[in-house]
Amino acid sequence: MTTVETATEIRPFTIEIPAEQIADLRERIAATRWPSKELVDDDSQGVQLATLKAIADYWMTDYDFGRIEERLNALPQFTTEIDGIEIHFIHIQSQHEDALPLIITHGWPGSVIEMLDVIGPLADPTAHGGTAEDAFHLVIPSIPGYGLSEEPPEAGWDTARVGEAWAELMSRLGYTSYVAQGGDQGAGVTDAMGRQAPDGLMGVHFNFLGAAPRELLMATLNLRLAFSGDDREQFSKFIAVAMRGYIAEMGEHPQTIGYSLLDSPIGLAAWMLDHDADSYEKISRAFVDGQVSGNLTRDNILDNITLYWLTGTGASTSRLYWEYGLSAKAAFKNPPPHVKLPVAYTVFPDELFQSPRHWVKHAYHNLIYFNEAEKGGHFAAWEEPEIFAGEMRSAFRSIRDDGRSS
Amino acid sequence: MTSTEAVAGTEIRPFTVEIDQAALDDLRQRIQATRWPEKETVDDQTQGVPLATMKELIRYWGSEYDFGRLEARLGEVPHFITEIDGIDIHFIHVRSPEDNALPIIITHGWPGSFIEMLNVIGPLSDPTAHGGDAEDAFDVVVPSMPGYGFSGKPTTTGWDPVHIARAWIALMKRLGYTRYVAQGGDWGAQITDVMGAEAPPELIGIHSNMPGTVQPDVSKTLAAGPAPEGLSEDERRAWDQLHVVYTKGIGYADEMSLRPQTLYGLADSPAALAAWMLDHDAKSLEDIAAGFDGHPAGNLTPDEVLDNITMTWVTNTGISSGRLYWENTLGFFDVKGATVPAAVSVFPRELYQAPRSWTEQAYPNLIYFNEVDEGNHFAAWQEPEIFTNELRAAFRPLRDERRSS
Repeated sequence: MTTVETATEIRPFTIEIPAEQIADLRERIAATRWPSKELVDDDSQGVQLATLKAIADYWMTDYDFGRIEERLNALPQFTTEIDGIEIHFIHIQSQHEDALPLIITHGWPGSVIEMLDVIGPLADPTAHGGTAEDAFHLVIPSIPGYGLSEEPPEAGWDTARVGEAWAELMSRLGYTSYVAQGGDQGAGVTDAMGRQAPDGLMGVHFNFLGAAPRELLMATLNLRLAFSGDDREQFSKFIAVAMRGYIAEMGEHPQTIGYSLLDSPIGLAAWMLDHDADSYEKISRAFVDGQVSGNLTRDNILDNITLYWLTGTGASTSRLYWEYGLSAKAAFKNPPPHVKLPVAYTVFPDELFQSPRHWVKHAYHNLIYFNEAEKGGHFAAWEEPEIFAGEMRSAFRSIRDDGRSS
Repeated sequence: MTSTEAVAGTEIRPFTVEIDQAALDDLRQRIQATRWPEKETVDDQTQGVPLATMKELIRYWGSEYDFGRLEARLGEVPHFITEIDGIDIHFIHVRSPEDNALPIIITHGWPGSFIEMLNVIGPLSDPTAHGGDAEDAFDVVVPSMPGYGFSGKPTTTGWDPVHIARAWIALMKRLGYTRYVAQGGDWGAQITDVMGAEAPPELIGIHSNMPGTVQPDVSKTLAAGPAPEGLSEDERRAWDQLHVVYTKGIGYADEMSLRPQTLYGLADSPAALAAWMLDHDAKSLEDIAAGFDGHPAGNLTPDEVLDNITMTWVTNTGISSGRLYWENTLGFFDVKGATVPAAVSVFPRELYQAPRSWTEQAYPNLIYFNEVDEGNHFAAWQEPEIFTNELRAAFRPLRDERRSS
């Protein structure tokens, strides 16, 4: 009986970073051995040497290594053990009683750091140009193997298993009706939750199309013959996502690239920067030319990279792609149930591809909200927190209304 | 266009390998400071190079490996450098003591180097000292591809396998060879095949241990499937093997083809470089891992493997060597159209076992085809004796022609 209590216990958490770890990181950055410059004048061979040198410079000389502790410890953080793994999460209870509980899941190469600047607008809307009716209670967990959550010691932690853990987390927090949101791998987790339809989950929002593989392919491919020029353009962008080298490598051999991500800060930074062309260009400009896109500031970018370094999670985060390879194959043979819950979707203009409405509708029949935001890319919440918060408010308004009238 | 410039441009300079002690000290420090990931979540190598293998490699590298052995080994063979198309090309050149030796140019691949060939140079160039006949002697040329080893690193794009093949033709001409053969595996096989397609009059034959035998209609099914109808048993086996390569064993090649520069860890972390280099293909990884486990497969001992990795580290060629994938436009296993007499040895643990039928179609002038008993992707390195015997047997008919002509 005591064991059960221990296992479901929720413990307050603060992050403490030993000074030696920071000193070691700084030494390694200073001792970086560089390759020769790429042979092209653009980013077509990968992360450019000038960009990475600018990052190393800023990281070494201007970046405040106390930021992560300060920013995270300013928020209520907790850990609790679910399915054998210690899960870290930020939990903000809005002062507004009727606030709608929302669980937001990050992706790769992201973390809870992406979400820090949407917390204020979502949990405390009246202080951020919104109304009390727009308030959310926020749960922002770290995926197992990511950030401050524990690293799974065995295989099997795919997005579906993470989704099940999130349902348990929300239930353990006492939330009986809530919504879920995600982009990137977080969209995969949120999609899985939509299919699992745990008690209490009333709806989901995506800023990335991470549906089950067969539906995804049908959505993008099935209607292809009737496609407009825009559809064809988006289809080729969709296919290009799967053609990224990092996805192939992490999907096949996450351990192999893991040695670089654990042992070389610059190896880690380059790998994390090379997620997609748009975010790379924006981040690169911030460091090389000082031109910042939205909230993707140098400090915010380095908070995330530094967190990956200090937690030593380069390999364990990559394993989610390996798990996806297996689960996607299985899901192709045995498709999971459709999502019947209400689905809301926001297309960000600089996302990897801009899903046409009928793709989303094809994957999610119960589409209650679809909007094209005016700005923002793959890291929507991180880059454009105000726009992202506005989308959450609009997307879930009808679900709140239903909850109130019932 | 003064004559001195012309002379300088074609000059062949002796080269002595000297490895900076400070670079080795720095390397040792980095090895000692390795920061590790947790163990993979599986009990096999399906997530990449296992932690246990890497920990043993790093332990051996840091505490048992003799850092002096690389310079000592390299001092045993004559090295040269000559500039071709603006790049300093490094090569080993060993002339046989025998008069009628057949000149051969042997090209390594990735993640290899001339280190792979060190143990075949003696038997090939001086067969009587190694249990062979004087009639089997070769003059041996082993170049480093641009961006690899002690060759220069290109600073502009364009050094693809075709360009390298043409540089090798120029190199052999510059060395004064008017009748020679060429050999290769991995990238070296592609370059050798391209040389065979370019077919300069001096090139009288080629040998490959990773032949390009896949016809275009079959090649385009390798990644997505399904396998074409009507394949024979050994063709289907080859297709299945290549399908695995293209669906489960191509991540590293994808990354280097698309984003070679992003692999900064290869310049900055010895462990990152070693893991990346070990992860070429499943069977060679098994064999190398067995070596670190105390049971080397053939000649792939920890010392040999670490000679190659150490050489790649001290020359800082992890990324420059990877750029060849970015440059390449040829299908790795596709037919390249070689027309000169061709010989093929099939090694049982190579990425795929080329069927005789495909090989005959790919090389219209096939003079030799043999399946050997042992050896993986690194044929010359792992099985120097078998490899040497293959080259002797493969090229014997071409020598006979020369003698009778």
